[in-house]
Amino acid sequence: MSAPDLFRYLLRLGDTSLILGQRLGEWLGHAPALEEDLGLGNLALDLIGQARLMLSYAGEVEGRGRGEDALAFLRDAPEFANLTLAEQPNGDFGRTIVRQWLIDGWQLEMYEALQASTDSRLAAIAGKALKETRYHYRFSSGWLVRLGDGTEESHRRVQESVDALWPFTHELFAADEVDEHLAAEGIAPRLELLEPQWSARVGEALREATLTRPGRVNFPWHGKRGVHTEHLGHMLGEMQHLQRTYPGAQW
Amino acid sequence: MEKDWPLFEVFIRSRSGLEHKHVGSLHAADAQMAVDHARDVYTRRQEGVSIWVVRSSDIVASDPGDADALFEPARDKVYRHPTFYEIPDEVKNL
Repeated sequence: MSAPDLFRYLLRLGDTSLILGQRLGEWLGHAPALEEDLGLGNLALDLIGQARLMLSYAGEVEGRGRGEDALAFLRDAPEFANLTLAEQPNGDFGRTIVRQWLIDGWQLEMYEALQASTDSRLAAIAGKALKETRYHYRFSSGWLVRLGDGTEESHRRVQESVDALWPFTHELFAADEVDEHLAAEGIAPRLELLEPQWSARVGEALREATLTRPGRVNFPWHGKRGVHTEHLGHMLGEMQHLQRTYPGAQW
Repeated sequence: MEKDWPLFEVFIRSRSGLEHKHVGSLHAADAQMAVDHARDVYTRRQEGVSIWVVRSSDIVASDPGDADALFEPARDKVYRHPTFYEIPDEVKNL
């Protein structure tokens, strides 16, 4: 096994959870209802918990003494390996729900498959995260259906969000050499084998939500290879501000 | 269409074998959302293993004005408490 490959793979999983969790955190105090405020906060905490486990492990694999905090707060945007979809702005509540639902569906397939990883620590983290993710998917797909099959305005707005975010889904199952190396060793699943299940799952939710599935897009986003949209830099500016300004600060 | 979500009362069973207890209320569009909200609002610290919700408007309550008629007559009937039995020493817990 190549340690650099495993390190990069763990960053992809951990960073996707971290960045999505940070995005959800931006809703606190602003959600449409108190109950949703707590709901989104709970999702965010689950995701940041997953990120901590993944990034801690990544730091050990890397072997350069970087722990979860150093990886989260002291890397620049090009070193982040999250899916480009995760860093897209919250927009309205419907936009946040669509982003969440697409990634929840991806994480469901990933964690399910990773439970069988030959890397026992990664398998254990996936097993824990899968339970959380099942609830996340229930939450986000439930809201997708409510908004899609809701009022004329909610339908129109959530369809716009599906159309706007769909191009980023190409990256979810596009394998590169890191995915292929780890799949060959049984550490990671073969992404192309997971796509049909994801596609069927999101297709079912779209039908129930009376939403139209956008056409296939082949624009290759490369967030997991460190090529990000402009949004990530702004996010990190806020997220990392404290540690950058007061290195090592604790409470 | 009503602008506000209706109110639901939430009952949580804290452990298997115990009864559901009223813990509070919340707003939700329907019963399923109320269960999800109850999970997010009231079980964040492992408070429960089961959730019941019911529309607050479906609860029928006694009228506080009837309290005298309903509850006063029980006050002078202490013999209804099972406190007049002699308990054998061997019985530790009753």
